[in-house]
Amino acid sequence: MKFDAFENYCYTRKAIGYVARKNATIDDYRRIGFMSGLEVHQQLKTKEKLFCNCPAGIYQKPNDYDAEIIRHMRPTLSELGEYDGTALMEFKTRKEIVYLIKHETACTYEIDDTPPFKIDREALEIALEIAMLCKLNIVGEVHITRKQYLDGSIPTGFQRTAILGVEGELDLPNRKVRLIQLSIEEDSCREVSDIGHRRVYMTDRLGMPLIETVTYPDMKTPDEVKEVAEHIRFLNRSTGKVRVGIGSSRQDVNVSCKGGTRVEIKGVSHNKWIPELTHNECFRQWALLHIREKLLKQIPDVSQWKIETKEINTHGCKFRYLPIIQAIKNKNKIIAVQLPYFRGILSHFTQPGRCFAHEISERLKVIACLEQPNMICDEDIENKEIASDFKQIYPLFHATENDAFLIFWGPDDDIKTAIETIEERCKLAFKGVPNETRKALSNGTTIFERVLPGPDRMYPDTDSAPIPLTNEYLQKIAQQLPVPLNKRYQQLIEWNVPTDTFTYLLRNNLVPLIEKIYHELQISPKFVATLLAHRLKNIQGKYKHKTSFNFYMVYEMLQFIKHNSYSLSLAHILIKEKYLHPEMDFDSIMHSINFQRKNKDEILSFVQLLRTKFIPLNPKKEKLKKHWIMGKIRPLAIGNVEMKEICELIEQ
Amino acid sequence: MAEDIFKGYKGRALEILKTFNVRVWGQAIIKTNRGEFKGTVLPRAENDDDMHIVVKVATGYNIGIDVSTIISMEEIGYKEAHYKIPEKEFPINPKNPNVKLFGTGGTIASRLDYRTGAVIPAFSPGELYGAVPELADICNITTEKLFAVFSENMGPEQYKKLAIAIGKEIENGIDGIIIGHGTDTLSHTAAALTFMVQNPPVPIVLVGSQRSSDRPSSDAALNLIHAAITAGHGDIAEVMVCMFGPTSDEYGFLHRGTRVRKMHSSYRSTFRTLSDTPLATVSRKDGVKPIKKEYNHRRKDRNVIIKPYFEEKVSLVYYYPNMQPDIIDSLVDNGYRGIVIAGTGLGHVNKPLYPAIERATKKGVHIYMTVQTLYGYCHMYVYDTGRDLMAKGIVPAENMLPETAYIKLGWVLGQTDDREEVKKLMLTPINDEITRREPYNGYLVYQGGVPEVEEFLRKFHK
Ligand SMILES: [Zn+2]
Repeated sequence: MKFDAFENYCYTRKAIGYVARKNATIDDYRRIGFMSGLEVHQQLKTKEKLFCNCPAGIYQKPNDYDAEIIRHMRPTLSELGEYDGTALMEFKTRKEIVYLIKHETACTYEIDDTPPFKIDREALEIALEIAMLCKLNIVGEVHITRKQYLDGSIPTGFQRTAILGVEGELDLPNRKVRLIQLSIEEDSCREVSDIGHRRVYMTDRLGMPLIETVTYPDMKTPDEVKEVAEHIRFLNRSTGKVRVGIGSSRQDVNVSCKGGTRVEIKGVSHNKWIPELTHNECFRQWALLHIREKLLKQIPDVSQWKIETKEINTHGCKFRYLPIIQAIKNKNKIIAVQLPYFRGILSHFTQPGRCFAHEISERLKVIACLEQPNMICDEDIENKEIASDFKQIYPLFHATENDAFLIFWGPDDDIKTAIETIEERCKLAFKGVPNETRKALSNGTTIFERVLPGPDRMYPDTDSAPIPLTNEYLQKIAQQLPVPLNKRYQQLIEWNVPTDTFTYLLRNNLVPLIEKIYHELQISPKFVATLLAHRLKNIQGKYKHKTSFNFYMVYEMLQFIKHNSYSLSLAHILIKEKYLHPEMDFDSIMHSINFQRKNKDEILSFVQLLRTKFIPLNPKKEKLKKHWIMGKIRPLAIGNVEMKEICELIEQ
Repeated sequence: MAEDIFKGYKGRALEILKTFNVRVWGQAIIKTNRGEFKGTVLPRAENDDDMHIVVKVATGYNIGIDVSTIISMEEIGYKEAHYKIPEKEFPINPKNPNVKLFGTGGTIASRLDYRTGAVIPAFSPGELYGAVPELADICNITTEKLFAVFSENMGPEQYKKLAIAIGKEIENGIDGIIIGHGTDTLSHTAAALTFMVQNPPVPIVLVGSQRSSDRPSSDAALNLIHAAITAGHGDIAEVMVCMFGPTSDEYGFLHRGTRVRKMHSSYRSTFRTLSDTPLATVSRKDGVKPIKKEYNHRRKDRNVIIKPYFEEKVSLVYYYPNMQPDIIDSLVDNGYRGIVIAGTGLGHVNKPLYPAIERATKKGVHIYMTVQTLYGYCHMYVYDTGRDLMAKGIVPAENMLPETAYIKLGWVLGQTDDREEVKKLMLTPINDEITRREPYNGYLVYQGGVPEVEEFLRKFHK
């Protein structure tokens, strides 16, 4: 057989018009019809969880737990009387879900042995504040709804969630972005492992209050998606009432291409990953649409299409591919599968370094619980030596040049589901892009996570009463709203603060601090902004360590400087010391840096002394004199006299 | 019915819906002074206020709209939802045992009723099969809905009806019986059936669920599967309660109907056997595995004895310090014929009650003493006070659970009023309501925080 899988991969990548993101232009995105929307999750900074009185924000290590609890999830009917697609898929996987609970962070509510308590008012109010900032239409009554999750990430099998507002709008500096809704919900468990039929979760994060801000799919380029994600993050943080740090805000990114399907990339925790992920997902869909075209051309009648399978008698065959040898050792069943008319499809490009065969393999892992490597196909783009293994397989089937083959392996109990899974994924290729959620990888590609659930999985929560939101209550909350984000942008511009500081300042919600320092200490916002966004950011990057330092210390530091009439340049030194030793008071820091109080005259006389000391070896370098003196005088002058003043003195 | 298009709405909300001519299940655009909302108008739970209209928005969420903020409403479409559990014909396999499932109103498989927010049980074999298909591999199920009452409304009428129905099924040759039941009074019914259905040749299994089956993590399906295994294949021919062993989805316990009690308001593993071990465990993997060595084995004969009697004028009094004698007096004056007291410690009440007790006994009221500690025996000989009480006519009921004693006294007084005969029946155990010994592992209420208990928790599923 002359067919070269890797060549085909490269050829198809080119044929669909794939371009790397760094080379992609707005025209490329227009060509494939890039469309994206966001669901931004943000944890709220509350003392307790949303529906019970456990503390929020205390985390455990995976092996640090007090008890284990096991549950299985079973699909239930939606209120419209149907089973949800995801539900059925999850049921097929027959997973045993293990929860590792710790007394400190989980009570009987988390594990679904107690009905919910009343909603945490602190959380509700923060969420309403943010809903108002997003200009959403606030509901009259909050209805707790159950959103089914059968993956086990929530022990009840559903997440309690409620809409607070619909139809809002974000004011970005250069445009507006429409919002569909904002909901308040309980966070899910953190996954520890997922191997075979056993998935393990920790329950510390479970039940923590979270908001989800959902945008319309209005974003037309990957960079725009990131920009909007950042904006929502800044807006949430502008309240000062949300959690920051790893995992405290996560994005689900919806992507589709022209003719594609809405696919959800789940749990993107870094906004900087968004452009690459959305770029690749859009092209993956574009590739799947090409695959569809090809198949519809290649297959005479897709409605009659089906796969053929044969169990391989492992005694009769000699395999060279290592995972197969291992599988035989593990007493797995080895199944050969014929995919009629699929020649050229399995090695068809889908994402950088990945092809259609991966789509099948990933589903085998998730749906049939077959750990990878779980299959090999005769169009593997990495292993050419696989050909001899497949030569033994072909005679088992009525094979033609147009057919593709794969071999998979697994425990007896999982074979039936696995075969169904393979056939189902292939048939979905005739339709184009399957509805699914995908997991983000750090290299910018994604893998199959589960079938995308529909609105069918929403149920009213019969355990909790609706919560009315009266006008008086909302008015009270409206009074405590922070300054809107677009006003903050304006402020920064009016203060002449350099634009390269904006991201840092907004990400850390520092504009209120700058404003306070400006009003109370009369220090210029520009100075404080660069002190924070340049100097402090630099220090943070350089000394990556755990510190109890907080931004309010900068206020105290500047207050200390003002109070003692030191010069402001001292701030650049003090801020580093304070960051490294937040527990030290400023007097001790001054002592530790050997600060000596000198008046202007003393320093001036020292300048004179230095002048006489500077004997240039080369008369031409006379102008270096100034720099030399400045360098010598700096440690002495800082905090006492502004360097600008010294500079003028030397020039005299 | 004309008003049916406004399901559950009343007062101001109903007025608004009528004013703008928008029906329940109508898709509406609602303009309010909080902005515009769009979605399907849903029925409203009957007990909720008349100030809000419930709407399902496109994303599947429900929201409430304050009627005082509504400016206008417009119906732009209509789509009624039909709640139905998929009904598939229950496949009969002649090799499998035949099991009868009696419904009393508990929730095994269910769907939601929007108006009340309650769950409506699925019940027909087809519905059951649609919800729990695994059942078909275990047994052939036929069902009969005897009544639909909440657990707390189960009473003597229902006990008697159930006993008679069970007797009939046994005569007809059934291999096992399951009774679906709400959990709150499950153990009361279990005790009643133990007394009313004696010497059964097949398992009689009461089962319920602590989490309604409209949630994915419900214990209903697994409890039902366990019950089906017990009824169809188990060797224990007694009245049993089948519910979760640990709170984890692992195995179920089979409890003797007379020694079992609900011990937690919401846990899945709420049912415990007190002062003894459970009868057996049951799991999909290992079937019924007896823990107790002695039990009544399954038989081929049909020699069951049905005794459907119950005197309703019996009361259970939970004693507390400073209880006034008029509590007892008023029961007597109201014609009560039997009183079970749950006394303190080994079975005591305070002195001021003595005259009232004496008076009651003289009037022919039968008084039995149990312990509110639940575990352990009533030992009225230990202190003088106890001896005084017995002299006044109180009979200690050994280690009978207070609720079981209540049910038994009702059952006994339904048959006789003769003091000695009542006493004989009360103190002769029918199925371990009184045990002669209390094994050491019958009382295991561990306390957290102790290293060895914490170690146990970590290693085994609670
Ligand atoms: Zn809790």
